[in-house]
Amino acid sequence: MMRMQPYSEFLISPVPASVAPIAIELSEASVTFGRGPRAVPALSTTTLRIADGEFVALVGPSGCGKSTILRLVSGLVQPTSGVVIVGGREVAARALRVGMAFQNPTMLPWMTIERNIMLPLKIVEPFRSQFRKLRKSEFRDKANALLEQVGLKGFGNRYPWQLSGGMLQRANLCRALIHEPRMLLLDEPFGALDQFTREELWSILQDLWIAHKPTVLLVTHDLREAAFLGSRICVMSARPGRILDDSRVTFERPRTVAMTFEPDFVALNQKLRAFIEDARTASKDASAAHGAA
Amino acid sequence: MPELDYRQKAWSAGLIVLFFVAWELFCLMTGMSDLVLPRPSQVFVTLFEKFPILWPHILQTLATTMIGFVLGVGLGVVLGAVIGVSKTAYDTAYPLLVGFSSIPKVAVVPIFVLWFGSGTVPAVLTALSICFFPIVVNIATGLATTEPELEDVLKALGASKLDILWNVGLPRTMPFFFASLKVAISYAFVGAVLSETVASNRGIGNVMMTASSNFNVPLVFAGLFVLAGLGVALYVVFSAIEGRVTGWATRKNDMIAT
Repeated sequence: MMRMQPYSEFLISPVPASVAPIAIELSEASVTFGRGPRAVPALSTTTLRIADGEFVALVGPSGCGKSTILRLVSGLVQPTSGVVIVGGREVAARALRVGMAFQNPTMLPWMTIERNIMLPLKIVEPFRSQFRKLRKSEFRDKANALLEQVGLKGFGNRYPWQLSGGMLQRANLCRALIHEPRMLLLDEPFGALDQFTREELWSILQDLWIAHKPTVLLVTHDLREAAFLGSRICVMSARPGRILDDSRVTFERPRTVAMTFEPDFVALNQKLRAFIEDARTASKDASAAHGAA
Repeated sequence: MPELDYRQKAWSAGLIVLFFVAWELFCLMTGMSDLVLPRPSQVFVTLFEKFPILWPHILQTLATTMIGFVLGVGLGVVLGAVIGVSKTAYDTAYPLLVGFSSIPKVAVVPIFVLWFGSGTVPAVLTALSICFFPIVVNIATGLATTEPELEDVLKALGASKLDILWNVGLPRTMPFFFASLKVAISYAFVGAVLSETVASNRGIGNVMMTASSNFNVPLVFAGLFVLAGLGVALYVVFSAIEGRVTGWATRKNDMIAT
């Protein structure tokens, strides 16, 4: 019989006021796509504060607006109402070093992996002004050092279509990291990978986070992943999403894959699972009631 | 598989030669008058004999075509980029362009002649006006169909619209662009020769016009062969450049050969 622990023992909820400066702040932000009768609410009014250097995992049923939050923070989507402040500025006027990785590796097919990874350096200051000068020396070395770190040594001069899905996703992670972002936005970056590759990349990402302490916002379906990587987990409800629960994960770092099979960890997973299960049934009931009415 | 490749090429070359041989035999067997359809051998002999006379005309046609083509490509790229990026430009310019491209260019040449006199300028303008359209359409299509995911990668980095156009839009459009270049170069020839035929005293078009009024049919065909040769040569040049620039888009067999 598995030893069950009360939730509060490893999760302290609600999140205490942090001393670190706020890196990401959504105040009463909501997103609706389209207008009039065809409007689709994607995100209910949401307030979320993430301190500098936090690793926040966003979990929830699919289609609940997790990715919408990421796209809000990255400035790809504008809030319909409310305000999104990232790095002390409103998102529209942002000149922040953000690293982003999507579920799709989205490598540009006409560039080698190395040049794909160097792409942020070509766009983001202060690297941008030095790009012409350093792209064949320092920047290339930087790209290759990252590639080596994720186990892709020597693949820099290949083209994206010559690599497998897992390899592309590793390269994708490199591209999100190369400009040393203070903020990493990861949208299910390991979703399409096999279990072993995924676990390997978890550890790589964790090491990178421990070393550089960027603010990370990770959207994931995988509860084990959220609990392994996150220092804080936000559970979202079904569409239109809102944050149901926001708690800290206090397992020691560096966490190992073996730890994910320990009772505490499993119990946390089950707790998260129950939350999402509830959210799913609630939304089903709601839509059923709506259909009956 | 280089061996197979060579064999295939040999086959194609053989079939092309066979085409001319069949033509020659057809003329010989039916006793066709060379006023109607000259034999290829006659055409080649005429081409060889008249080459010193033809040469300046070839240069003239080549020059007007290339000038018209280069200007047409420039105009086409700019218009295509504007139309591909802006929805408003797309809605206004597209109907105008389709309308303009539907006008037979023969009807436009007299207007150019009226404006600029006969000779080189109308030929260049005709070449330009006929060849820029496929470029506009292809550039605009390429830009308009760029996957938003690719653009998002740069947008999330705070890239400007120009950055995105330069780093994603245009490279992505290159295969479309080269496909349209190959069409446009033949169009430019058509335009230049058309204008020379109607209103010029120089160029291959004019030579053919004069030759046909003198019933020198082999010379007319020699002119056609020259045009075909020039067209093929330029096509090959652009294909070669295309292969180098957009090799990423035309991989098929080398996928496994990583």
